[in-house]
Amino acid sequence: MQQPFVTGTSCKPCAPNPWEVPGAKPFIQIEGVVKRFGAFTAVNKIDLDIYQGELFSLLGGSGCGKTTLLRMLAGFDNPTEGRILIDGQDMTGVPAYDRPVNMMFQSYALFPHMTVENNVAYGLKREGLPKREIRERVNAMLKMVELDSFAKRKPHQLSGGQRQRVALARALVKQPKVLLLDEPLGALDKRLREHTQFELMDIQDRLGVTFVVVTHDQEEAMTLSTRIAVMNQGEILQIDTPTNIYEYPNSRFAAEFIGSANMFEGQVQRNGKGSTFHADGLSSEIRLGDKTEVDHGTAVTVAIRPEKIFISRTQPENAESMNILPGRINDIGYMGKYSIYRVDIGGGRIMEVSAQNRQRHHESERTLDWDDTVYLSWLPSSSVVLTK
Amino acid sequence: MSADTNMDTGLEMGKDAPLQSRGGLRQLGNRLQSQWKRLVIALPYLWLFIFFLVPFAIILKISLAEAIIARPPFTDLLEWTEGEFLPSIYVTLENFQYLLEDDLYWLSYLNSLKLATISTLLCLLVGYPMAYGIARSSQTMKNILLLLVILPFWTSFLLRVYAWMGILNTHGLLNNMLEVAWNIGMALGLTDAPFEPLQIMYTETALYIGIIYSYLPFMILPLYANLEKMDFQLHEAAQDLGSKPATVFLTVTLPLSMPGIIAGSLLVFIPATGEYVIPALLGEPDTLMIGRVLFDEFFVNRDWPVASSVAIALLVFLVVPMMVYQHFQSKAEVM
Repeated sequence: MQQPFVTGTSCKPCAPNPWEVPGAKPFIQIEGVVKRFGAFTAVNKIDLDIYQGELFSLLGGSGCGKTTLLRMLAGFDNPTEGRILIDGQDMTGVPAYDRPVNMMFQSYALFPHMTVENNVAYGLKREGLPKREIRERVNAMLKMVELDSFAKRKPHQLSGGQRQRVALARALVKQPKVLLLDEPLGALDKRLREHTQFELMDIQDRLGVTFVVVTHDQEEAMTLSTRIAVMNQGEILQIDTPTNIYEYPNSRFAAEFIGSANMFEGQVQRNGKGSTFHADGLSSEIRLGDKTEVDHGTAVTVAIRPEKIFISRTQPENAESMNILPGRINDIGYMGKYSIYRVDIGGGRIMEVSAQNRQRHHESERTLDWDDTVYLSWLPSSSVVLTK
Repeated sequence: MSADTNMDTGLEMGKDAPLQSRGGLRQLGNRLQSQWKRLVIALPYLWLFIFFLVPFAIILKISLAEAIIARPPFTDLLEWTEGEFLPSIYVTLENFQYLLEDDLYWLSYLNSLKLATISTLLCLLVGYPMAYGIARSSQTMKNILLLLVILPFWTSFLLRVYAWMGILNTHGLLNNMLEVAWNIGMALGLTDAPFEPLQIMYTETALYIGIIYSYLPFMILPLYANLEKMDFQLHEAAQDLGSKPATVFLTVTLPLSMPGIIAGSLLVFIPATGEYVIPALLGEPDTLMIGRVLFDEFFVNRDWPVASSVAIALLVFLVVPMMVYQHFQSKAEVM
């Protein structure tokens, strides 16, 4: 039996990331794409390069244009301006049925009148392949998604997770150059989602197909992706790896959309020792990292992630190298593996801090409680300075 | 909750503590409610019984009688002989035998079936694109278009068929308009032959026009109901997997709209088979149609028993497709 796919490189960590290689040829090129529906601009001047074998996520809230962009890649909508190239080929005017891409729909869009087997075989039949080859490829694909015993069932006889796998098999069996996934895990419950997300990564890694995923779920995007494009109001705000987007967001929107952040507005002050930040309505100054490259007096927003902040009852000793703010616990959210503390730092400001629950609750006498006076401390380099 | 369980618990309550507690009152309420439900269900059944089953039994009775010159013009089912306690039953199958012997009847049946089949297919050909178009319109447009489909029902059916006579006549609206166009053509020197009016009236063409016009809404409405529910993302999925629009239609749209096609076709086919008014008004005068034969037997020949047996036979012929429809309906519900 023939091997349906060439397996991806097994030496992933040692290969350089394709987007970091100068002169590397992108697999999908989106050039100045604009999409307008009447007076409404859904996608506004997007330039984006996606490389072979990437698992690329378009992340944003509803109405940010991510799905429109995906539909233009699939060929269901045409760009008002600009063009899309896939594998160097201009896709302008190429209808959906002639594109080397396949899509997994959010609703899965399985054909209700066909068995699982025929759903998966549908795309291959359109290519006019010999029956034997179709059967072999369908069987191999069903085995891969562990649905070989469900081949004769109709979609309505399957669970949500099984349907999702049929949809994946149906799209992958065509051996597309690019697989588009619209909210692939959106319809699954939380446990199944975690399981499926690793399965999806595994399949992508094995087959080496370029995945473009649309999602509004930042956690999903973070775990799945090689790179993420954060979108808002038809524009891309930031394209980077999950780590960089989380640790070094370039805008207020990105910082707030991915994870949570404590935000302060104020001005940057520069002196000989380094940069500090004077937040509006806060008495003490916040020290910023050495690498801050913002001019004196610039109005900025400083974001600090809740988990970067230490919370303690006693004042930390290394006061010189840390930012320290006293406060009072206003609220505690117990999440099991960690707790979220909402700390009143005066002036009507609340800071959110999260801390791992390393000790069993109530076992130690040092458990933090409501109305406790606490000290919040964080490294200057943990502060993210945002200019937009 | 089923009516039966309500009734049972209600009775039990009544035995032990006759309506003392609030619970008892609630039980009584449930009991009344379940009886009310039964009444609501019983009424339409009663209606069907009086106005459908009883007349049907009478027709069946007449079909088994013999024609006589009397009033009513058939023999009685029960014959009372003097001195006997029970009447003797007089039944004959002669009428049905007669239907088989005279080829007029089965020729009319076949002709009616042919006409109904062609009409159904034509209705489907015209109605499917219309239903599809309505189903894919915007919500406001949908309502307007549906209203236009239903609008003709607000005038009498007979009046609308007469209107078609006015249009299709030799000196009717259609021919008048054609003549005007022809005369303009003549003035422009395109032709110099005199105008020959189209002979559509009293032909099979006029018959089909009338039937398709009258029954089209019965095809469009169930098809629309089906197509409106269809998930059009399936079409995108099919395209994405490499289907050109025609293949999308054949492999996805058509199979999924099958229940609508069947429902619409039966709604057109069944009444078209027994159609009397349209062939009588628009069709050829000597078209053999079972509806017409039925009418002639009753009112021209005054042979009520034969006419009744024609009606019974027609019913049996129509019950078969009806059962096929039922079968597909229940299958569709399982899906």
